[in-house]
Amino acid sequence: MNRFDYVRPRTVAEAVAAGAEPGSAFLAAGTNLLDLMKIGVARPARLVDLNHLPGLSSIEALPDGGLRIGAQIRNADLAHHAQVVRRFPAVAEALLSGASAQLRNAATVGGNLLQRTRCSYFQDTASACNKRAPGSGCDARGGDNRLHAVLGWSESCIATNPSDFCVALAAFDAVVEIEGPAGRREIPLRDFHRLPGSTPDRETDLAPGELIVALRLPGEAAGFAPHSRYVKLRERTSYAFAVVSAAAGLRIEDGRIAAARLALGGVAAKPWRATAAEAALVGAAPGADAFRAAAGLALAEAKPSGDNAFKIELARRIAVRALILAAAGTPARLPALPASPFAPIPGGLHG
Amino acid sequence: MVEVHRLRHGSNAGQPITRRDGLLKVTGMARYAADNHPPGMLHAVIAAARIARGRVAALDVAAARAHPGVVQVMTPGNRPALALHPDDKSVPFSFRMDLLQDDRVRYAGQPIAVVIAETLEAATEGAALLAPRYEAEAVEVTLDAPGAFVPEAVGVGAPPEEHHGDMAAGLAAATRRIEATYETPMQFHNAMEPHGVVAAWDGDALSLDMPTQGFALTQMRLAAMFGIPAEGIHIRSPFLGGGFGSKLLTGPQVLGILAARLVGQPVKLVLTRAQMYGPVTHRAPTRQTLRLGAAADGALTALHHHVRTATSRFDDFIEPAAGASHTLYAAPAIATSYEALRLDTGTPGFMRAPGEASGSLALEVAMDEMAQACGMDPLDFRLRNYAEVEPISGKPFSSKALRDCYAEGAARFGWAGRPLAPRSMRDAEGRLVGWGIGTATFPAMMFQAEARAEIRRDGTGLVETGAHDMGQGAWTAFAQIAAESLGLDIGQVEFRSGRSDLPSAGIAGGSAHTATAGSAIQAAGEQAIARLAELALADPRSPLFGADNIGVVARGGRLVRWDDESRRDSFADILDRAGLESVEGRGNASADAEAASRYAMHSHGAVFAEVTVDPDLGQLRVTRLVGAFAAGRIINPRLVKSQYYGGMIWGVSFALHERAALDHRSGRVMNADLGEYHVPVNADIPSIEAILVEEEDPHVNALGVKGVGEIGITGTAGAVANAIWHATGVRVRRFPVAIEALMG
Ligand SMILES: Cc1cc2nc3c(=O)[nH]c(=O)nc-3n(C[C@H](O)[C@H](O)[C@H](O)COP(=O)(O)OP(=O)(O)OC[C@H]3O[C@@H](n4cnc5c(N)ncnc54)[C@H](O)[C@@H]3O)c2cc1C
Ligand code: SF4
Repeated sequence: MNRFDYVRPRTVAEAVAAGAEPGSAFLAAGTNLLDLMKIGVARPARLVDLNHLPGLSSIEALPDGGLRIGAQIRNADLAHHAQVVRRFPAVAEALLSGASAQLRNAATVGGNLLQRTRCSYFQDTASACNKRAPGSGCDARGGDNRLHAVLGWSESCIATNPSDFCVALAAFDAVVEIEGPAGRREIPLRDFHRLPGSTPDRETDLAPGELIVALRLPGEAAGFAPHSRYVKLRERTSYAFAVVSAAAGLRIEDGRIAAARLALGGVAAKPWRATAAEAALVGAAPGADAFRAAAGLALAEAKPSGDNAFKIELARRIAVRALILAAAGTPARLPALPASPFAPIPGGLHG
Repeated sequence: MVEVHRLRHGSNAGQPITRRDGLLKVTGMARYAADNHPPGMLHAVIAAARIARGRVAALDVAAARAHPGVVQVMTPGNRPALALHPDDKSVPFSFRMDLLQDDRVRYAGQPIAVVIAETLEAATEGAALLAPRYEAEAVEVTLDAPGAFVPEAVGVGAPPEEHHGDMAAGLAAATRRIEATYETPMQFHNAMEPHGVVAAWDGDALSLDMPTQGFALTQMRLAAMFGIPAEGIHIRSPFLGGGFGSKLLTGPQVLGILAARLVGQPVKLVLTRAQMYGPVTHRAPTRQTLRLGAAADGALTALHHHVRTATSRFDDFIEPAAGASHTLYAAPAIATSYEALRLDTGTPGFMRAPGEASGSLALEVAMDEMAQACGMDPLDFRLRNYAEVEPISGKPFSSKALRDCYAEGAARFGWAGRPLAPRSMRDAEGRLVGWGIGTATFPAMMFQAEARAEIRRDGTGLVETGAHDMGQGAWTAFAQIAAESLGLDIGQVEFRSGRSDLPSAGIAGGSAHTATAGSAIQAAGEQAIARLAELALADPRSPLFGADNIGVVARGGRLVRWDDESRRDSFADILDRAGLESVEGRGNASADAEAASRYAMHSHGAVFAEVTVDPDLGQLRVTRLVGAFAAGRIINPRLVKSQYYGGMIWGVSFALHERAALDHRSGRVMNADLGEYHVPVNADIPSIEAILVEEEDPHVNALGVKGVGEIGITGTAGAVANAIWHATGVRVRRFPVAIEALMG
């Protein structure tokens, strides 16, 4: 690890000022950043520690029935917060399906939003990677790319965003509150992460020095609470990133879908909100046929970026499963294996 | 000599006592090698090659040395001289080492320099600052590479081709034939404790805190390498955080010792997790082709097991994957053969159940495929082809309770009534459920060991042997054997171990440590008791005087006349009257060549697995595992069950999780960490049971103990794979099983 300066700002303004200096990186729990520093992928000149800032660690109820969540709230605390579990159960389920208990106890909201891709060539400084070293190439092409993107990828980068949390946030229209050198602004989470295009090194809309201070979940999204699920496929039962995942929410009125939310994970450089699929579901009777048609729309543009054609079909199926589970109703308690296909399936799989 | 009878019941051995070092372990007080910090110690960090073949053209030594805290950079230019070339293999079980002998790179992860600094952080950054420039050459790292050859030997000196019977006739006689190819990946040991060393020189004397699975071999090789006397090398290795075959002496540890020599100060060198994927051996990938023939009644007529595997470009270790086919099933014609490739990887080596783990997976799936072809229940099919004698050699087994393993395992699992057809069972929510079986097997080996026992005037005992506790419970099991051999309660025996200055306990490997070192302890204890008995029986003041032909037995700190319980004499009294401080016994153990020539010696077992598979998503989970194993006498059922559990979990890992992801172009392992190199987590292992099946073996060794450390993997991986077929109808032949294989 390189030698670096460590600063501990006392106010958000100080943090923003320190963060705007070239070579600075904000340090939250460090579960991603420190790992990347140890393997030489991140070599910041200065760590700006967010752990002692006031005002970033509370969860407030908003007048519209939504929640405002401080950027330093730990993943585990958020997932077990009574209002989150009640109003945004798929968000809690997504959080609890990620990483391990130890990591969730440490990891923060802000850090989760900004965690880097798990592309192994990005993590290996001896490999060519346009995201890590712009213009150097992409060794994932033609390499071990079984789990890479099938949507929104470009010739310069085929990596996926690894966050589970963000998939649920994208589905339920979360908003990111930012404090920066130019003042305060907000970005809908759906627009927060960028597709790679020719600049895969620019992963989000954040400018240098811009600090995430909070995340807002709108009250409107709480209307999906009775029918909200997150489902995740992984290569072991727990403690693994998603092969593919889906967050789904339905509002069902008089036996018809009045509104739908669907987002996919593990398929693209950003959490993939499937608006066409959502639109197609409105007015339909909840059921396998409608869900299959919607999932087909969600993956309509998908194409393999390597040895990963299977992910397209798998993503369709995980979308269908998330919708089936959402339609069956949010369980009274989060299952012991959150987001797992091995969690109870109300009504079963019908053959 | 007087006859000393052996106590069979009411002894320490056989009891499920808890680990004597358990408290140290759970409180973090157990001192592993890297926990040592001698005064003046410096930290050494390896710079590892990022290419897999070529040469190091330049290193920025100046940049590294300029980094604050860096003391020295060891490169081929200044590495202290060695008396023996690192490629010398004259010491048994030696692999060629990379000790900065030149600028060549032979695999990714090979050490190319060592940075020594005042802190670990400074050494780490110093290593990064070396910024090597390479001249890289094209690499081959897959089993598709050209240049296959027939190796001279496989495993440890076994022939690359073996057969009995007439293969052509066997295949011709078959009414059903199958041929299938199975692939297993490169795997790494991933012991929790990384390889490391804390080395301190004093002239030509060398003091080492270092995990090792074999003191004497390590001393021998180090002595030869450094040209120093072996007696001057003191190694402490009280605990290993797992070894699994990767912790005989390794190159990185020797680099730590060289670094200490270079700077003239104690040095600690510990591998990072990522550095464990290269220079400390691995399990080689295999591509195995099985050809089976069977008659209409389900009797095998032919079994051909061909293995394609790989070794490194510079050294030889051929995974002996076909070994299981020599012993498991009766067939009039059996043949095994090998071909190997040289790849630009580190040299493979012994990894828990070397050969049997990958080989029994292929064999067990092939047997399942043949049972299916014959329309038979897979357990009935295995019983139909039960080997009454070892098929390849024709020798009788020293003992073989495999039938009982099948029966007890099947009963406990509830195998009876299993539908023959796949996709026949579902859980309450509609997921597919399948049951599979696999036979487990592992040879019962013996190495060489010595032990020393003493009975002291206060009536207590002392037993010494330089054994290795790799987490398997050696501190406990050996103390039990020691106590039994001396007729003392375990609390009355001081057991010394884990150091090189004690009698050699041989190596902890081949599942033979308990058998070998345990037999030596038993012999040492028996000799001490015999000496004590001689004293008593010759002493007119002893109640045992004159019992010569009847004999005595040692129990509870006393010698007791075999035919008359009331005539007894305590150890303390005997020594007191003789005016002696103690009596000593010495014991040796090694393979009984005569017994080995007459009998085939193996542990056996039967593993039953249940898997549940999501039919749409291909996600699967092992939901039940029952293993029943027969491995001779059981010294401590609690520890043995733990070995079986660990082995079975490894079997699940083998079938479903473990795989080194090699980049075919660079030869680098792309998942060299435990986040991405998957092993099972708790949630992957819901219910697991191990049954200890009674087995008495009068031939394997004095104790009647066979090995339990490795067998659990064998059988299990096959059982899981076969259960997947039964659940889904999909026959997976490539491991670990990928989600896309089961999407349906
Ligand atoms: C082994 C392992 C397995 C994992 N598995 C999963 C998984 O299955 N699913 C999943 O979703 N995640 C998984 N994770 C990732 C984990 O969720 C992230 O590491 C974690 O959320 C990062 O949070 P942190 O607080 O530690 O961030 P840090 O590591 O401290 O920071 C991450 C990045 O965010 C920036 N940053 C942090 N806070 C702010 C802020 N307020 N404003 C601006 N920038 C900020 C930092 O500068 C840095 O660039 C896993 C991680 C590991 C190590
Ligand atoms: S996919 Fe993207 S992150 Fe991965 S190597 Fe290519 S450019 Fe880098």
